[in-house]
Amino acid sequence: MPIQPGVDPYPEYMRESIKKVEATRSKRIHQDHPMLSADEKLDLLKKYHPDHKEGELVEIKVGPSKGEKTFKEVERIIQAYSRIDPKSFDLSQIDYDVDVLVIGGGGGGSSAALLAHEAGAKVLLVTKLRLGDANTMMAQGGIQAADKEHDSPARHFLDVIGGGGYDNFPELVKALVLDAPHVMDWLQNLGTMFDKEKDGTYITIHGGGTSRKRMHAARDYSGAEIMRTLRDEVRNRGIEVLEFTAAIELLKDDKGQCAGAILYNMETEEHFVCRAKTTIIATGGAGRLHVQDFPTTNHYGATADGLVLAYRAGAPFIYMDAIQYHPTGAAYPEQILGLLVTEKVRGLGAQVLNVDGEQFIYPLETRDVESAAIIRECKDRGKGVTTPTGMVGVWLDSPLIELKHGKGTIKRMLPAMVRQYERCNIDMTKDPILIYPTQHYQNGGIKINPDAESEVPNLFIAGEASGGVHGRNRLMGNSLLDILVFGRRAGRNAAAKAKETTIGKLTLDHVVSYHNELKQAGISEDRISPMLLPDYRRPETKERQKGQIPLGRV
Amino acid sequence: MADKKAKRRTKNPTGKTSQASKGSTVVAEPQTEMVRIYIMGKQYEVPKGLTIQKALEYAGMRLLRGCGCRGGFCGACGTVYRTEGDYKLKVALACQTVVEDGMYLTQIPFYPGNKAAYDIDKLSPTLDSIVQNYPEVMRCVQCNTCRKVCPQDIEVMQYIAAAMRGDIARLADLSFDCIMCGLCASRCPGELVQYYIAILGRRLYSKYMMPRAQHLARRIEEIQQGKFDKEIQELMTMNKEDLKRLYDTRDIEPEEELGEAIRLGEMSD
Repeated sequence: MPIQPGVDPYPEYMRESIKKVEATRSKRIHQDHPMLSADEKLDLLKKYHPDHKEGELVEIKVGPSKGEKTFKEVERIIQAYSRIDPKSFDLSQIDYDVDVLVIGGGGGGSSAALLAHEAGAKVLLVTKLRLGDANTMMAQGGIQAADKEHDSPARHFLDVIGGGGYDNFPELVKALVLDAPHVMDWLQNLGTMFDKEKDGTYITIHGGGTSRKRMHAARDYSGAEIMRTLRDEVRNRGIEVLEFTAAIELLKDDKGQCAGAILYNMETEEHFVCRAKTTIIATGGAGRLHVQDFPTTNHYGATADGLVLAYRAGAPFIYMDAIQYHPTGAAYPEQILGLLVTEKVRGLGAQVLNVDGEQFIYPLETRDVESAAIIRECKDRGKGVTTPTGMVGVWLDSPLIELKHGKGTIKRMLPAMVRQYERCNIDMTKDPILIYPTQHYQNGGIKINPDAESEVPNLFIAGEASGGVHGRNRLMGNSLLDILVFGRRAGRNAAAKAKETTIGKLTLDHVVSYHNELKQAGISEDRISPMLLPDYRRPETKERQKGQIPLGRV
Repeated sequence: MADKKAKRRTKNPTGKTSQASKGSTVVAEPQTEMVRIYIMGKQYEVPKGLTIQKALEYAGMRLLRGCGCRGGFCGACGTVYRTEGDYKLKVALACQTVVEDGMYLTQIPFYPGNKAAYDIDKLSPTLDSIVQNYPEVMRCVQCNTCRKVCPQDIEVMQYIAAAMRGDIARLADLSFDCIMCGLCASRCPGELVQYYIAILGRRLYSKYMMPRAQHLARRIEEIQQGKFDKEIQELMTMNKEDLKRLYDTRDIEPEEELGEAIRLGEMSD
C-alpha cells in the first residue's frame, strides 16, 4: 500500500513538533543522551513505573500464594470459580488418553510438543485458537544467544540478572544462557531464516540492557519466522493438534499428580476429558487483562488461562506483581494504538524525543527504565505530544536510522514496521513516529525449577506462563529464547516423566476445595475463570443480550 | 448522517433505535461520524476510523474465527471486500484496515489448502523437492491474481515462478513477509497453495543454502566442554552487592556502523 502523496497523516500542530525534531536531528546523530546511574534508575522506577502506582496491587487471599500481591485485574481471574461444577462433572468417560498433554499452541507449546514427540511420547496439543496463534508470532525484534567470540554465556547471565533487578532465579538463568546456543543450532537445523552475513555469521545487534550485540533476528519477523517453522514441523511429524479447544481445568489423580485436563471445544461448546501422564502449560501471558487499562501489544488470546488452572491445582506464583510495559507502543494513529514498535528501531539507532525534539533518556535503557522515563516526560514534565484522540506520546526518531546506516536500511531491516505505518499513510523513513508504553509482558508467573516443573507433580510450565527466569524485568530477545529453552526442556522432561508414571483415579477435588476456600474468603460466586477470550463488544450490545434463551429450547 | 449531536442514536439490527449508553469501552465519541458497512451482506453502522476488526466488535460480533494477533502478523483475519457501486474485489487484513463507507465485506479465516508432510532432513534444495511435495506448482498459469490479492503486497507470482525454476533462494527471499493468510490460494485457478510452497522453500534455503554459523558451532563445543561453568557458578553464588558492582561496571560493546553486508543491502537472506 503506497503512501498517498499530499495527504499529511499528522495534524498541523503535530507537524510543528516534528519540525523541531528535524531541526535538532543533525546535532543528535552521534550524541545519545547519557545512560542513567544505578541510583537514578531506581529513583525513576519508584516514582514513575506503573508497577509502583498506589492502590493497584491487592493481596491474594486464597491458594498457594496466599498473602502475596498481584494486580487487581489478575486477582479478579485468580480468585474466581471454575467454569464447570467440580462436584458433578463426570470423569468416568475418557475421551483422550495420552502420555503428554500440551496446553497452548505458541512457540513454547510447539517446541514442547516436538521434543516430547521426539522422545517417543504420545502427544496431544490443544490450543483455544489456531496452532501458532500466540505472542510468539508477534515478536519482532529477535532472540538473544551469546554465540560470538567476544561474548559469553556468563556475560549474558550478568545482563539478564542485572536487567531483572537481581531477583532472577540463578539456576533458571543458567539454563537460559547455556541452552541459548543450542536453541540457535536447533533453529538452524529446522531451517529458520535468520539474518546472516555471507559467510554464515549471524548478524547481531544490541537490545536494551545488553552488553554485547547478541540479538539475532529474521528481519523484523523473528517470532513469526520461528512460529511458522515450528508449526510446519509439528504438522510434518503428524503430532495430534486440537485447535479451537481450550483447557478449562486441570485434572489430578488420587496420588496428587496432575493427570490431564478438561477440554472445551470453543465452537461446539462441548466438554471432553483428557487423561495425560504429564501435562505442560504453555498458555502465555496476561496482556488482554489490560492491567491499569493500558493498551497491549499482546495476542487476542493472552488471558492468562494457564495461571488460573495451575493455581487451582496448587502451583504457587512468583513475581505476579511485575508487569512489563514495552516503552514503544504505537500512540498514533488510533487504529494501531498499543501495537508494538519493535525495540529493534532503537537498537538500530532511533532516539526518543519530547515535543521540543529534545532527548530525555538514553534510548537503550532496560524496558522498565525507558518506560518510566517516557511516562515522566509526558505526565510530569508535560513534554509529550497529545494526539487528536487524547493519547499522549513522545517521538521515536526513526529517520535517524537512515542517516546513521544509510538509505534503505529501514525498509531492509524493519519491513513489518514500514508496512504497519504505510497502512496509516506514515512514512517512517522520513517522519518520526509517536509512541507510549504499552502492556507487553508478564514478568512473573508460575514458579518452576530448571526442569520446567512446577510444584505440582507431573505439571510442567513453559514460557511466559512461568516465572523466575527474568526476575522483575525481562530483556528484549529473552522471551523467544525462554519459550524455546523451557519449551524444549518441558517437552523432554514431561516425556521422560510420563514413562515412569501411572495415573490413578481422576479427581477434581482440588477444585472443590479451592471453591471452599473462595467461599470462606467471601469471594463472590459471580466470578468465573479462565476468561478464554476478552470481550470487546460494547456494553450496549451486552445489555440487549440480557435474558436470551438458547435457540431451539422448548 | 443527519444527527451528529452529542447523543447519537445508532440503528441496531432490528431497525429500532436506541441511545448509546455511557462508559462504553469501544467509544464512539459524541461527534463521531458513522459509516455503513455490510457484514456478509447485512448493514451495520459503525464509527468512522475503526479497523474492520474493531468495527465487527462494535457491531456486536464476538470474534472466535477470524481474529488472532490483532497486529498484522498472524494471518487470521484475511478479508475480502468491495465498495458500493464498484465490482472490483479488494482484500485486507481486518486488524490493519480502516472501514470505509459502503464496504461489503466477508472474512476468509481459513482455507482448506493441502500441506505436504515431509522430512526436512531428507530433502535437498532443488526443484525436485518442490515438485515432489507440490506437483501442482506447475499448474501456475501466471495470471498474477495471487499478487493482486496479497494483503502483504508480496510478489507471489514471482516467487512461484522462482519455485518453478528451482531458484530456491529467490523463492525464500521474495516470500519472506508471508503471513500465510491463505487469500492467494483462495483465488488461484491452478489450485496452488502458494504459502505452503513458500515455507518449504524458505526452510530448504535456510537449512541447506545459507552457510552454517561457524561461531555457533564453536560456542556449542565450548559449552559442552564446560568452559563457562566455573564463571557462571561464581555469578550464581555471588552476593547481590558484588553482582551489582560487576553489572554496573561491565563494559558495553560500542554502537558502530552495521556490517558491510547491511549497508550494501546484500545480506545473505
